Amino acid sequence: MIEIKDLHKSYKMGSNSLHVLKGINFSVQEGELVAIMGSSGSGKSTLLNILGMLDVLDEGSYDLDGVPIKDLNETKAANYRNKFLGFVFQSFNLINYKSAMENVALPLYYQRVARKERQEKALKYLEQVGLREWAGHLPSELSGGQKQRVAIARAMAAEPKVLLADEPTGALDSTTSYEVMDLIQKINDQGNTILIVTHEPDIADMCKRIVHLKDGVIIEDKKIEQVRAAQYVQ
Amino acid sequence: MFNRDVWKEIFEAIQKNKLRTFLTGFTVALGIFIFVTLFGMGNGLTNTFMKFFGNDPTNIFKIYPTTTTLPYAGFKAKRQIEFENGDLDAIIKEFGPMVEYITPSIQRGGVVTYKDQSDNYTTYGVGPGMQIAEKTIMMKGRYLNSQDIREKTKYAVIGRMVEKDLFKDENAVGEYIDVAGSVFKVIGVFQDDGGDNEERSIFIPFTTRQLLEGNNDKIGQITLAFNKAMGYGGAMKFDKQLNSYIRKKKQISPEDPRGIYLANVADELKQSQQFASILKIIISAIAFVVIISGVIGISNIMVFIVKERTKEIGIRKAMGATPKTIISTILLESIFITAIFGFIGMILGIIVLNSIGGKVLEDDYFITNPSIDSGMAVFVTILLIICGALAAYVPAKRAARIKPIVALRDD
Repeated sequence: MIEIKDLHKSYKMGSNSLHVLKGINFSVQEGELVAIMGSSGSGKSTLLNILGMLDVLDEGSYDLDGVPIKDLNETKAANYRNKFLGFVFQSFNLINYKSAMENVALPLYYQRVARKERQEKALKYLEQVGLREWAGHLPSELSGGQKQRVAIARAMAAEPKVLLADEPTGALDSTTSYEVMDLIQKINDQGNTILIVTHEPDIADMCKRIVHLKDGVIIEDKKIEQVRAAQYVQ
Repeated sequence: MFNRDVWKEIFEAIQKNKLRTFLTGFTVALGIFIFVTLFGMGNGLTNTFMKFFGNDPTNIFKIYPTTTTLPYAGFKAKRQIEFENGDLDAIIKEFGPMVEYITPSIQRGGVVTYKDQSDNYTTYGVGPGMQIAEKTIMMKGRYLNSQDIREKTKYAVIGRMVEKDLFKDENAVGEYIDVAGSVFKVIGVFQDDGGDNEERSIFIPFTTRQLLEGNNDKIGQITLAFNKAMGYGGAMKFDKQLNSYIRKKKQISPEDPRGIYLANVADELKQSQQFASILKIIISAIAFVVIISGVIGISNIMVFIVKERTKEIGIRKAMGATPKTIISTILLESIFITAIFGFIGMILGIIVLNSIGGKVLEDDYFITNPSIDSGMAVFVTILLIICGALAAYVPAKRAARIKPIVALRDD
């Protein structure tokens, strides 16, 4: 599904440049649930941003579902993002003046899905995350965990190839974190490919594979026995 | 670009951000409103100017005798120049076809009495030509004619206000009034568009006036109408010829700035028109500066709006919005708001202009019938809409270029 070869990325900071990613080789198969771990500054967010086409790579190659991702202009990147990727952010990033349902329907709007169908689909995904009754509420009327579940529903609504989650539990307490992870595991159980950036070991342990990043290189890449989050959720 | 979904999205953004919408709209509406009212007032001022002069014919010279300041041809300085009956004949003889009509005007003040009512009025000893020169309109009776002049009749034509003051509701025609000790028969009542003051005067034959003052032949000032066919250039030339002819006849130095004064209404009108047009240019300039400051205001708000929405734009981009959709959404929203509020401001301005027109404004502030050409109002509104769109385009384009990660960075 994802194929990365010899990826380099540096940022210019005035006169000197900061080499963030120093030759990453990495691939993800369909249906995997991968945790990308590392301390801050290890380059894990940069890697996720490049995977999400939110940022461009300097060197190396990146194939997503067999499509080489290169020479992207803004419009092309937008179309690929819309078609291939779903995003979940640490700070939820819901549009605050739109209701939960409208937020979930947003990627469908950019896919030019008809209005009626958009609403039906949005309700379906809200149902999946257990928030159907909250469809008409604004983000400000939802708790942190609920907001993140709306964000996950939104990411899933476009039926992406890969779900990218950047510290999805970073702003949540542990009980809520486990609820969210339970949801992510369930979505993964349905066969969706998911990548999670986290620095919390217990969250990483709930994935099927952990990739450790340090100073811009992968120092460890191992498959693990998944801890089910459901056991922590009443 | 113009499907229902796009508009739904825009209406939603407008509805849910009421303060933002109001601020933008208010700036636009206020800008257009100020422009329309200011421009309309400017037009009103110009109208007043036109009215001042539009009332009387413009092919008029008025020649006033004054005192000389230079000794000339054996005369000392400070000599009072006076016109006589013979001067009228001489001018007609000299300039013939260039003169349409000529009339003297001997101005005197005095108490005018009818029964127990009396008041001070200005009396003018004039010829029949004065009716045309002053655009006097007869309400009843008749004006003075050449027979009155010849026979030195004691007839008077009185203004509407004189009749109103002295005769109350009675009909003045045929009645006798006492003008400074002499009895005159009222043969006509006139009105004048020049206002109440002009309607507070009395016209009598100039020959009668001369008779009353010891049968002299002094005629005060001369009012002369030139042949309109000669045009503005011809009139200016005639002005010079007439001036030097009278100076020669009255033996006044050509270098003397005084002696006689010749007022050329055509020239005054032209100067006043220039003054009015300059006034209008200044007012238009101010109005356009208002529009420009409105545009700057919109630009500021647009920059602010786009800045405020940076995060939202980042989210939308992450969800797959292309730069084009982002720019067009922001632009359409801005155009929509400026258009609606621009036209509201325009219509309010026009309503205000229509409602403030009136007597008080006209008499106290010299603004007559303030109005704005609707084409002009629409043009300015559209200009503001375009400027608003341009003002939104620049920050919108920049916002659409922002990388989603920058926009989404937690702050």
